[in-house]
Amino acid sequence: MTDSKKDYQKILASVQKPVKGEAGKTGTWSNFKPIIDLEKCIPAKSGKATCFNCWLYCPEAVVTRTIPPKIDLDYCKGCGICMEECPVNAITMEEVKTE
Amino acid sequence: MVNVMDVREEEFINPGTRMCSGCAMALIYRIALKALGPKTIITVPASCLTVLHGMQGFCTTKVSVLHTPFATTGASASGIVASLEEKGLADEICVVAFAGDGGTADIGIQALSGAVERGTNFIYACYDNEAYMNTGVQRSGSTPLGAFTATTPGGKIRPKKNMPKILEAHGIPYVATANGSYPLDLYEKFQKAREIKGSKYIHILSACPPGWGYDPKDTIKLGKLANDTGFWPLYEIINGKLIISKDSKKYLDPSKRKPIQDYFKAQKRFNNISQDEIEVYRRNIDDLWNDFKRRLESQ
Repeated sequence: MTDSKKDYQKILASVQKPVKGEAGKTGTWSNFKPIIDLEKCIPAKSGKATCFNCWLYCPEAVVTRTIPPKIDLDYCKGCGICMEECPVNAITMEEVKTE
Repeated sequence: MVNVMDVREEEFINPGTRMCSGCAMALIYRIALKALGPKTIITVPASCLTVLHGMQGFCTTKVSVLHTPFATTGASASGIVASLEEKGLADEICVVAFAGDGGTADIGIQALSGAVERGTNFIYACYDNEAYMNTGVQRSGSTPLGAFTATTPGGKIRPKKNMPKILEAHGIPYVATANGSYPLDLYEKFQKAREIKGSKYIHILSACPPGWGYDPKDTIKLGKLANDTGFWPLYEIINGKLIISKDSKKYLDPSKRKPIQDYFKAQKRFNNISQDEIEVYRRNIDDLWNDFKRRLESQ
């Protein structure tokens, strides 16, 4: 009885696991990827934890708040918001060839 | 004012969601969850946000989410709050209803009004992309005058519904407007709302690249333009007291505001807007800000 009840509950309340890339590798949506020029980037240049506009404005949460900031190109959709919001124009969108 | 380093670093959304590239709502949701923290239950009606959470078996968020029918967002939040109170967890866990503008201004308004009238202790956040974007850009009550949608091919002939004003009339302790282009302001407002007891309402303008017709990279710029032209003022009403937010304060002076045409020109949905309609906008914006000025002086 208890086993069947457990099975019953299992079917009713399916376990939803939080996963990365629920929609697949969304990095394939665009060929244009943001590349950070570390000589211009404020935190990379000064070594101080400031700016991080690219991290703050990224809708996809693929940029890290580290020195220097890193972008996960596997999931970056290439929208270009980080390029627009970078105060020192350190980010450019470049075509990355995928094999 | 919070600094970028004060924002919680932990992410509650995993990368690789189904949202369009450049979606302001994904940014709003990400920042809101950071402000709310892990002890949060979200309830979501049919909207783009449902799509973000993914298909059965997997989900993208690390907080609990309840999917509910279109008309019942407010009611489902009431139910969650009631069960948390019964279990003695109501002070610990924050209940947030997150709905689109269709689910708030049109289909969900009855349940929302009821929940707010009962004084349910929850936050209702409406991300306003100004049409039914999830189903293919149909007009909603929140679509502005003159905007092209699939069901208003010549431009909408009725003005936008002022939801924050309707909610303010319910006499709730906290009403605020926010904008996806000002994430720090948004973060602060969600944190503030979490601390207040009673019903809280936050209305957030959310730019939508395919629905509004612009390049995804301009999402943040466009939201800032909505603020700079005075079209979407950022303010808070705390217990009936109006406070204009820092990013909008200077626009109390009409000479600082940019012409509204700048905002229209940046979007394809306003391609057919007439001169008369622009005049209506200009008048409405002036009236709106004059009202603010009078109210600030009298309180």
